[in-house]
Amino acid sequence: MHENEVVFLKDKSKHIRRLIVDEIGKLGVGHIGGCLSAVEALVVLYYKQMNIDPSNPHMEGRDRFVMSKGHAGPAVYAVLADKGYFDVCELDTLNKPETNLPSHCDMLRTIGIDMTAGSLGQGISCAVGMAKASQLKKDNANIYCMVGDGESQEGEVWEAAMCAAQFKLNNLIAFTDYNKLQLDGEVHEIMDVAPLDKKWEAFGWNVINVDDGHDVDKIDQAVEKAKKSLDKPTMIILNTIKGKGVSFVEAAGVKNHSMPITDEQRLQALKELE
Amino acid sequence: MMYENMEMRQVLAEVLSELMDKDERIVVIDADLARANGTAGLREKYPGRAFDVGIAEQNMAALAAGMAAYGLVPFIGTFTPFATRRICDQITISIVYAKRNVKIIGTDPGISAELNGGTHMSMEDIGVIRSIPGIVIFEPVDAIQLAKALPAILEYDGPIYIRMFRKATPAVFKDDYRFDLFKADMIKEGKDVTLFASGIMVNEALKADELLKAEGIDAEIINIHTIKPIDREAVAASARKTGAVVTCENHNIIGGLKSAVAELLAEEYPVPIKAVGVRDHFGEVAKMEYLKKKYHMTAEDIVKAAKEAIAMKK
Repeated sequence: MHENEVVFLKDKSKHIRRLIVDEIGKLGVGHIGGCLSAVEALVVLYYKQMNIDPSNPHMEGRDRFVMSKGHAGPAVYAVLADKGYFDVCELDTLNKPETNLPSHCDMLRTIGIDMTAGSLGQGISCAVGMAKASQLKKDNANIYCMVGDGESQEGEVWEAAMCAAQFKLNNLIAFTDYNKLQLDGEVHEIMDVAPLDKKWEAFGWNVINVDDGHDVDKIDQAVEKAKKSLDKPTMIILNTIKGKGVSFVEAAGVKNHSMPITDEQRLQALKELE
Repeated sequence: MMYENMEMRQVLAEVLSELMDKDERIVVIDADLARANGTAGLREKYPGRAFDVGIAEQNMAALAAGMAAYGLVPFIGTFTPFATRRICDQITISIVYAKRNVKIIGTDPGISAELNGGTHMSMEDIGVIRSIPGIVIFEPVDAIQLAKALPAILEYDGPIYIRMFRKATPAVFKDDYRFDLFKADMIKEGKDVTLFASGIMVNEALKADELLKAEGIDAEIINIHTIKPIDREAVAASARKTGAVVTCENHNIIGGLKSAVAELLAEEYPVPIKAVGVRDHFGEVAKMEYLKKKYHMTAEDIVKAAKEAIAMKK
């Protein structure tokens, strides 16, 4: 990537964080930790990699994204709003009655959401189905998906993993948001998923480790490499920090899965992100 | 057409094949039961469009939802317990909540699982699926009804659970039968009692009718092939006419046809209702004829229930 592109994506990441903090902060509570850890991957996808057209959200042959860790919906909404799928003001309706922006991704409610998700483990299977459908239709689309590290404790994730390798779905590019925390504690203490890279490799995937999952340049290079995979799906493991970019959220650690945010904290966070 | 002489699974494969010729959206997905369910032969004819996902039903259901999000119409198949209770959440969220057009085929319902026994005998599948908002539940009676239903199932834009016996079964319907997915079938009009029957129990109801006739009782027989949404009009009208009801089903009498009929009539037109079906217990290994007797699901049991329902009218 050119340096100016890197700067653009970095600035964009900061801006998306502002939108996330603002939408969840105005509501007063939400899944902020896992939204903030996913930002750079979303920004690289939606602002550089994906073949999409916000003015034509149902475009045939478009690239698609499935947020399998569906509780990170607010992060995707911030990106979609900024991309122009809907008005940024709509972010203020997050989780309010009759909103189009519910906690977990809902393709029937939110323009630009490609798949409903929230019951963990299912989104990755849906993405496998999309990648298979794309190959049948020969439309050359890439299907992107993000799974959580805690989510990877679901057995269905590994059913989907086997299946994608068996079907040689090289158009499927998935990310693990490896922020090492889940609702009840640290992932390695609750039910360890390590070594994730060896697991995905053993399941027949092309695996790319990104040591800093908040480095837009490294994420972009990983996606570029994944797109060249000849006959394997790719898992990009993003080593991330839950709550990244907002000091009090990061400091809350395991408590930041879903946490209350006061108006004072929201304003403080926005200041940090200037 | 020769459907009446074919096994239900052969009809399934044959009609799906005809539909796949005409409609490129259709894909057929199995979880290592394609050879049992008759769909394995489609793979040669439609490479890529008919395939196996191995023994991984959860993935099959959500993968199908993803394909449906891409505009395809997946038919997924396995045995009834694995097509319902095992993947209840995937059906609920990825398929029905997301309004994805996936058709779910479950074979070997209830006692028809025979020698596979208790682990494979779904007595609860209708109950599990019926409480999910917005899914259709269809159970064919014979090969002709299944053959007529599949194009209608394809035409309907939404999720449907097809609960089907897979082997040969005596024909109830004739070639000129007109099928409506959302209308119950009047098989025989009568005035003393209504037998609402589904699936393999329609034949028992027909046999019961002969026995009742000999005793001077004129039974009405209605096939409820679509248990959800149930044909409210037909059920209420018949209850009004006969004033007594027997439900006949190959399922637990909790959560299935009896529940659907009783819930409806309690609101619309309360009449005595007697249930013939599995009385809240698990299954076991045995042939169907044996289990029908043991579980009180024979024509004679329907006769007894009909008389009790009629007696309660007074």
